[in-house]
Amino acid sequence: MNFFANIWRNEKSREIIVQIFVLLCVGWFLSWLISNVDANFKALGKDLSFEFLFIPAGYDINQYLIEYNNRDSHLRAGIVGLLNTGLVAFFGIILATFLGITLGIIRLSKNWLASKIAYWYVEFTRNVPILLHILLWHGIIINTLPHPKKAINIGDVTFLSNRGFYIPKPLTEIGIELVYLFFVIAIIFSILFFKYAKKKQDLTGQQYPVIWINLMVLITLPMIGFFVSGMPITLEIPALKGFNFRGGMHMSPELAALTFALGIYTAAFIAEIVRAGILAIDKGQREAAESIGLKPSKVMNLVILPQARRVIIPPLTSQYLNLTKNSSLAIAIGYMDLVATLGGISLNQTGREMETMLIVMLIYLSVSLSISAFMNWYNNKVKLVGR
Amino acid sequence: MKTKILLAAATAGVMFAGSVLASTLDDVRARGKLNCIINTGLVGFAAPDDKGKWQGFDVDFCRAVAAATLGDADKVNYTTATGKTRFTKLAAGEGEILSRNTTWTFSRDVDLSQTFIGVNYYDGQGFMVPKALGVKSAKELDGASVCIQTGTTTELNLAEYFAGNGMKYNPVPIETNAEAQELYKAGRCDVYTTDASGLFATLYSFDNKADHMVLPEVVSKEPLGPVVRHGDDQWADIVSWVLRAMMAGEEKGITSKNVKELAAKDNKDKEINRLLGKDPLQGLSKLGLSPDWAVNVISQVGNYAETFEKHLYPLTIQRGMNALYKDGGLHYIPPIK
Ligand SMILES: N[C@@H](CCC(=O)N[C@@H](CS)C(=O)NCC(=O)O)C(=O)O
Repeated sequence: MNFFANIWRNEKSREIIVQIFVLLCVGWFLSWLISNVDANFKALGKDLSFEFLFIPAGYDINQYLIEYNNRDSHLRAGIVGLLNTGLVAFFGIILATFLGITLGIIRLSKNWLASKIAYWYVEFTRNVPILLHILLWHGIIINTLPHPKKAINIGDVTFLSNRGFYIPKPLTEIGIELVYLFFVIAIIFSILFFKYAKKKQDLTGQQYPVIWINLMVLITLPMIGFFVSGMPITLEIPALKGFNFRGGMHMSPELAALTFALGIYTAAFIAEIVRAGILAIDKGQREAAESIGLKPSKVMNLVILPQARRVIIPPLTSQYLNLTKNSSLAIAIGYMDLVATLGGISLNQTGREMETMLIVMLIYLSVSLSISAFMNWYNNKVKLVGR
Repeated sequence: MKTKILLAAATAGVMFAGSVLASTLDDVRARGKLNCIINTGLVGFAAPDDKGKWQGFDVDFCRAVAAATLGDADKVNYTTATGKTRFTKLAAGEGEILSRNTTWTFSRDVDLSQTFIGVNYYDGQGFMVPKALGVKSAKELDGASVCIQTGTTTELNLAEYFAGNGMKYNPVPIETNAEAQELYKAGRCDVYTTDASGLFATLYSFDNKADHMVLPEVVSKEPLGPVVRHGDDQWADIVSWVLRAMMAGEEKGITSKNVKELAAKDNKDKEINRLLGKDPLQGLSKLGLSPDWAVNVISQVGNYAETFEKHLYPLTIQRGMNALYKDGGLHYIPPIK
């Protein structure tokens, strides 16, 4: 008895005992869940099988980044959906980041009006549920833009209608290789020049307008290649044919609505994160930077933001994750993402709820984990070293 | 400790299995209400009236089963389901019957482990377009944007029809009929396709009916009927014979008006006697139903023709294939013997 009491009194061993106990509970709960699922499946006469993934899906998807038709498998339909999820998350993240950083900075500006506008933007946007944002944007696009036959015509090459946005699509011809080659050369030059300029600055303090020179090179070199090789890029202009526009690149109202909604909603959170990040930097840093005569934009870009980055990145990561996960609300407006294809139509047409949901969950989990792994890596890179 | 946990788990398992094995009829009787899964809203089939009471052809079938099993057609709880969620809801036990424009297909019957108990409406898929579009046939729809309800046979038929005719289209997937109407009206799609019955119902709710038309092509067979879970034959029998009783009512001229009267007397047609409980119907006790089951159904809900006329005639739907065999339709029921 005494022996056991001693074990319990000892902090180390008590911790271990508690942990073992918790582990047992969790294990028991999991096994109960699994056996319950098993019993339910038996009662319903079902089995766990993933064979359905390889039979023809039978349904069409309105947006595919890889070739797809209704004779392809459910697996491929799922991949098409996953890529669509990736596409909207990508657009959304870009929009949210630019908008969020801009707003975060404006919010701290000394201009009273600008800062108030940013304030109200943040307060308003983040207090309206994301689903409403999505439905609102979809409603606006569908109900205010005209029918394709009366589409808003921008210079005879771009058309806006309630079936989405159509822009010209670049088609490449023979000779394009030269343009690619010149582009690669331009990139290599830019990198070398950047390194050179940095070294020079470190050594002598002399500064070059690196960004402008690089930008010039990156644009003009491929342009030269383009003309020399006889202009191997033509534009495919969208044109009204029958019911809809054909040709060109097409952004559906659903993709547009989702991108706007996710971007604008998440931007409000990012703005707050950026603001907090900037405020977290000791004001002495700003004063010091100003006192050596740096312009306000330089103070921001060279002194404040690089330090604020460390504070900003972890919460920013979780906003990117949120955006990606929120994109699964796509189903509300019929955007064919992973949840709508594999987790929606495939689930329904095959009746494989358990299997499809398991796959969808695993995919979201691994996407989330890889985004946070990347962000952790980045965070480690920018964090203060040797302090 | 460990054995206790195992024991608890085992009991939980047994209890669960037990609740699955108990007969559906017992569950319904114990609850005093029938749980019925219906549409989210489709005029004529299942839609709330201005008092918020569910009305329609599919709703009436739920009521008929409640009348047969509980003696009261009003003892029904309604649960709505979209095309996508209906089978999951049925499998999860959210209802004893799925009465929702559901097409009987091989894979739903066999692979999804459902039991289709018969056909209460023979249908086929059609297309609706605004007249202004100037389209006269589905064959002219190449390149159109088409609104479809996901999780339906509709979307599979559509894919096959367009591919089969070498045409392309842009699918616009939605969940419910209400959403489909909104998108169609807003011009997000050129065409709305679903079961012809659904098109009529949709058209009925439009203010400007004359501006739209249903194209002549019917591109599929859609035998619609109530569905129950696999595994309880007694319940499947009850539900299917309720449907047949309603059709027998029409065949024999038994209506909600005269059913009480016919039940009270000795009819020349002995089938009427057996149906209405005057003469014994062999095996009825195996279904656990009382002899007045069919009287309850027909007096409280009506025969097949009565509910059809009440709910579907206003939508300008004709009997057509849904007439009894003796009137040139497809409904032919086994004898009540
Ligand atoms: N019969 C087809 C289609 C059934 C279906 O979804 N029908 C539509 C229109 S006919 C409906 O009932 N909609 C009502 C709702 O949105 O809940 C099937 O079983 O897959």
